[in-house]
Amino acid sequence: MAGNVKVFVPRDTTACSLGANQVAAKLQQHFSVQSLNYEVIRNGSRGLYWLEPLIEIAAADERVAFGPIGLADIDDFIAGKCWEIDKSHPKYLGPTEEIPYLKQQQRLTFARVGLSESLSIADYQNHSGFTGLKKALAMTPQDLVTEVKESGLRGRGGAAFPTGIKWQTVLDNEADQKYIVCNADEGDSGTYSDRMLMESDPYCLIEGMTIAARAVGAEKGYIYLRDEYPLAHAILEEAIETARDENFLGSNILDSGASFDIEIRLGAGAYICGEETSMLESLEGKRGEVRPKPPLPAIEGLFGKPTVINNVISLAAVPGIIAEGAASYHNYGIDRSRGTLPFQLAGNIKQAGLVEIPFGATLRDMLYEYGGGSRSGRPLKAVQVGGPLGAYLSESQWDTPLDYEAFVAIDGMLGHGGIVAFDDSVDMSEQARFSMEFCAIESCGKCTPCRIGSVRGVEVIDLIREGENSGENKELLLELCDTMVAGSLCAMGGLTPFPVRSALKHFAEDFEQG
Amino acid sequence: MSKEKEISKEEIVSGIVSEHKETSGPLLIILHEIQKALKFIPPETVPLIAEGLNLSRAEVHGVISFYHFFRSAPPGRHTIQICRAESCQAMGSRQLEQHAKQSLGIDFHQTTADEQITLEPVYCLGNCACSPAIRVGDDIHAHVGPAAFDAILADLATEKVEVQN
Repeated sequence: MAGNVKVFVPRDTTACSLGANQVAAKLQQHFSVQSLNYEVIRNGSRGLYWLEPLIEIAAADERVAFGPIGLADIDDFIAGKCWEIDKSHPKYLGPTEEIPYLKQQQRLTFARVGLSESLSIADYQNHSGFTGLKKALAMTPQDLVTEVKESGLRGRGGAAFPTGIKWQTVLDNEADQKYIVCNADEGDSGTYSDRMLMESDPYCLIEGMTIAARAVGAEKGYIYLRDEYPLAHAILEEAIETARDENFLGSNILDSGASFDIEIRLGAGAYICGEETSMLESLEGKRGEVRPKPPLPAIEGLFGKPTVINNVISLAAVPGIIAEGAASYHNYGIDRSRGTLPFQLAGNIKQAGLVEIPFGATLRDMLYEYGGGSRSGRPLKAVQVGGPLGAYLSESQWDTPLDYEAFVAIDGMLGHGGIVAFDDSVDMSEQARFSMEFCAIESCGKCTPCRIGSVRGVEVIDLIREGENSGENKELLLELCDTMVAGSLCAMGGLTPFPVRSALKHFAEDFEQG
Repeated sequence: MSKEKEISKEEIVSGIVSEHKETSGPLLIILHEIQKALKFIPPETVPLIAEGLNLSRAEVHGVISFYHFFRSAPPGRHTIQICRAESCQAMGSRQLEQHAKQSLGIDFHQTTADEQITLEPVYCLGNCACSPAIRVGDDIHAHVGPAAFDAILADLATEKVEVQN
């Protein structure tokens, strides 16, 4: 097949949900039947989801794009022989890298995502893959930990704890066995960056985990993956096997003497298992009930051993940091939020997709410059940032810089970088009710404020919505929120009040219809 | 097919338990394997699992009932999961949910009388850029409004006929 022109059709959950598999099959069949010198390559998604399925063609020195080419468009695409790059075609988008949405981003962690052939370990290496690991194998564990500390990388799962400090604790704890656990239980609505990374650049996660293992002295790693991601599961399984075959995993990795292997464990539909101690319980085969801290998982984690628990994006940032040096990452961002965050635009937004940029832009930039406003065409009214436990923000707050501390200062949180937009048809009292309902459904049940508080929360909000003793019940709801914040064992009960209180505070009129 | 039917549920479960019992923390793996093989975890096999792993029946039952994914009764031929989370809400999933329940005549966690469709809620499929999303088997569908939902149902019904023939 050498010499064939490459035609890229993404293999990514969202692209596939828009027909990418069928489009790829039709194209490949056409090329085969007509004996054309073209072949279909399955890359990951560039994350410009409103343009998916986005077909790219490898021209002389750049890639050009057509999109969206779904099932309704593929016959026309084939009839027009678009792979010969008909620039007058209405779906022609020009060189992919020049599309402003992509060009304006600073993709560090997502540099390869959508560019390389997801499952080709050779293509991964053609795009600087395993450079970080090779460098890491020649470094001391302490130097690795120091490098990550100096990069300023903080936990991208949402808690934003400095990754290097966590690694230091595990490195400093002597034990016969240590573990690296990758938290891939990406349950927050409006977030999909973990899924994209795993589907589009799986070797990057494997490389990040292997470097982490080298840094702290672990020989076994687990990826705790949610069951809701069947494609990520299939792709990761295949990537791990290939990495083993090529000696990037297993014993004596690249003849360095170091050993490390990874096993995927599937979750079973419990949101709470994204909480790190609950996840450890689940990995041990138990009910996913939250453990009190201390002890910290870094000291007594999985099976009682020192354990690094990092989110997919934190681990995927590591190969680049090691390869390019801490400063290369630290130079991006503002204040204590260093580097970049892959934001995810979701909900009622015209140009939904992945936007990796340094900390410091505003929410308004994201919603309008990247997002292009609402998908429905109606005015935007509320934005929830940071998943179901993040505050609902009203327009007066959209100029807040996207950085961890600035968001805490307005009672919000950046979390995992999910941004869900709502237009003016939303009823915020209904959203507040859902926050409590979700907590009631997903609470692990271990502590009372979360388990009972959420049920009472639904009841009180129902009364307010019906207009029954509205004033008194609002006071009661706020008191209940205080109790949950102060008394819950983990972030589930402790943060559920944030979207509720923000809805009540910034969208008070929606609680008056009774 | 007929040979498979001769193997009892108990034998299947025992086989899975002995295959994985030496793995660390094996219970979730075992439950996943059983559900993959039998489509649910028959309550009468709980004692077998407990005995194999040296756990109490209560512990095994506790784990099964904790996780939304595990089921103790057989599902319909197809399981449809409708995302109820915020991103999908912003694009009309509440209306989709009502439409689905009405057209199927069932609530969440129920199966149609003809045993074809089981309806389940799900909290995020990671397809939030193209909400509302639903999952049928391992396929995720994007932008699913009521009309798209009806079309998917119609496809499933055709598939049923093909499979049975």
